[in-house]
Amino acid sequence: MDAFAQQLVNGLTLGSLYALIAVGYTVVYGIVQLINFAHGEVFMIGAFGALSTWLVLFKGQTGLWVLPIMIIGAIIASVVTAVLMERIAYRPLRNAPRLAPLITAIGISVFLQEFVRLFYGRVPFLDFPDAKQKVPFPQIDVVTGKAFEIGNVTIQRSAVFTVGALIMCAAALWYFVNRTKMGRGMQAVSQDPDTARLMGINVDRVIVVAFAIGAALAAIAGVAQGLQVTNINFKMGFLAGLKAFTAAVLGGIGNVWGAVVGGVTLGIVEAMAVQFIPGTFGGSPWKDVWAFALLIIVLVFRPQGLLGAKVVDRA
Amino acid sequence: MSTLEATNVGHQVGHKVVLEASNVTMRFGGLTAVNDVSMQVHDGEIVGLIGPNGAGKTTFFNCLTGMYIPTEGTVKLSGEVLPPKPLKVVRAGMARTFQNIRLFGNMTALENVMVGRYCRTSSMALTSVLRGPKFKREEAATRERAQELLDYVGLGKSAELLARNMPYGDQRRLEIARALATDPQLLLLDEPTAGMNPKETEECMHLIFKIRDSGLAVVVIEHDMRFIFQLCDRVLCLVRGALLIEGTPGEVQSDPRVIEAYIGGSDDDDDEEGTK
Repeated sequence: MDAFAQQLVNGLTLGSLYALIAVGYTVVYGIVQLINFAHGEVFMIGAFGALSTWLVLFKGQTGLWVLPIMIIGAIIASVVTAVLMERIAYRPLRNAPRLAPLITAIGISVFLQEFVRLFYGRVPFLDFPDAKQKVPFPQIDVVTGKAFEIGNVTIQRSAVFTVGALIMCAAALWYFVNRTKMGRGMQAVSQDPDTARLMGINVDRVIVVAFAIGAALAAIAGVAQGLQVTNINFKMGFLAGLKAFTAAVLGGIGNVWGAVVGGVTLGIVEAMAVQFIPGTFGGSPWKDVWAFALLIIVLVFRPQGLLGAKVVDRA
Repeated sequence: MSTLEATNVGHQVGHKVVLEASNVTMRFGGLTAVNDVSMQVHDGEIVGLIGPNGAGKTTFFNCLTGMYIPTEGTVKLSGEVLPPKPLKVVRAGMARTFQNIRLFGNMTALENVMVGRYCRTSSMALTSVLRGPKFKREEAATRERAQELLDYVGLGKSAELLARNMPYGDQRRLEIARALATDPQLLLLDEPTAGMNPKETEECMHLIFKIRDSGLAVVVIEHDMRFIFQLCDRVLCLVRGALLIEGTPGEVQSDPRVIEAYIGGSDDDDDEEGTK
């Protein structure tokens, strides 16, 4: 029972991280039907943005008050990256065949990884560490440090931060989508972009906002990841992005709540598989196998994903 | 069929030219879909656009609203040349409905109309996240105005229904409400009574008169001849992309070329109405 509770906590933490990133895939897909494979790199850049903010402004500080500013730094870095990416790489391809932006996305992904790897340690006038290896992420009071113990279950402080971040972001997102003008605009564009345009909606701006929202959430995930594993590297976006994409598909791509549900489900299944599948196929080396096996099983029986709409109106 | 009692007798058309389309031509490769069509619409005027299927009526609408960039010709709204960008056309004051209903099906009726207010409100993404007092005021005003418009078209009680679950006639009226939400000077209606029963058609006519009386200019595409000849101040007939005749309903109705264009048109129309 303790093991189950422990894995539930671990899975929830991992799943919250996936969910935060998955929202970015799903929001962009819902609006422009583009799988932005560079989104994992936006997450990575968020982590580096937070680290840079800390190095420049607060080097050596560990007080909790620096965390909000680090998060803001992370969000700025990610949002700027995502908005530029949309502007430079995706907008010119808006009416191109689907394959073109998809390949572009993979290209941007590789570009951003290599850019960080090669240039992060060489920013002029700033003494940034070389990003070719793992870079230590600052540890902040209150959100890192000694774990909580409840019975025999260990809860990392960073896990509380991650899950809390997901809950707050999901609430804010719900409000934004359902209660604001821009949110309504986004819904309208996702249902019928041409009609939305004819009703006076600035579709280009809506698309930029969609990219920015996804990037902001990915940035927060980047900070959470840094706090959890205590170091970051230029490759961290690849697998996280792939898993988050899986989570988005699992939940039903295009559906924001699907991304949240899919992320949490994937995280929990992964954690449970590590603990409870015995023998050769168990343990952490196999966790990715089980995660993707889950995806395949769900897609066989429910191709639209857990919360996806039954009718796909645009293939 | 019940008689359509409403008529247009005694109505005065305004003197201000709201829409002026000059020599609009639209070619798709070798096909000329709209050929040198000019049209003027005044405030408080209802202009009908008729023609057999494929005559280029909807294409002409698409040229007016900036969906297509006309190959030749210009479109002016209140004297200003319109840029061929739907967003700017809507801001300038032209709104439309669609032949095949294009509502946002997964939104409520109220939300659909609120989307129409989008271009008339200023709140930016950031202020809506920060939820300043201005944002809240504007949001409340948008909601209130949307409800007013639903009442105006007679859908006040359906505000919370999902658009896709509404009856067909209500969906058509909801499209009109959504178009009105953009505060247009000119309303383009693409077959507003398609699929309506006679009673709904008559209600629709009263609604269009009401809109006209509030000072808007209205252009209507319609196949229901009885409807169009009772409704309109002036009728234009397009055939194969070109303007065949323009005149009062009486003139157009009695023109042999119009009847010929429809190939025994009046009989056909009666059949169509019967099946609707």
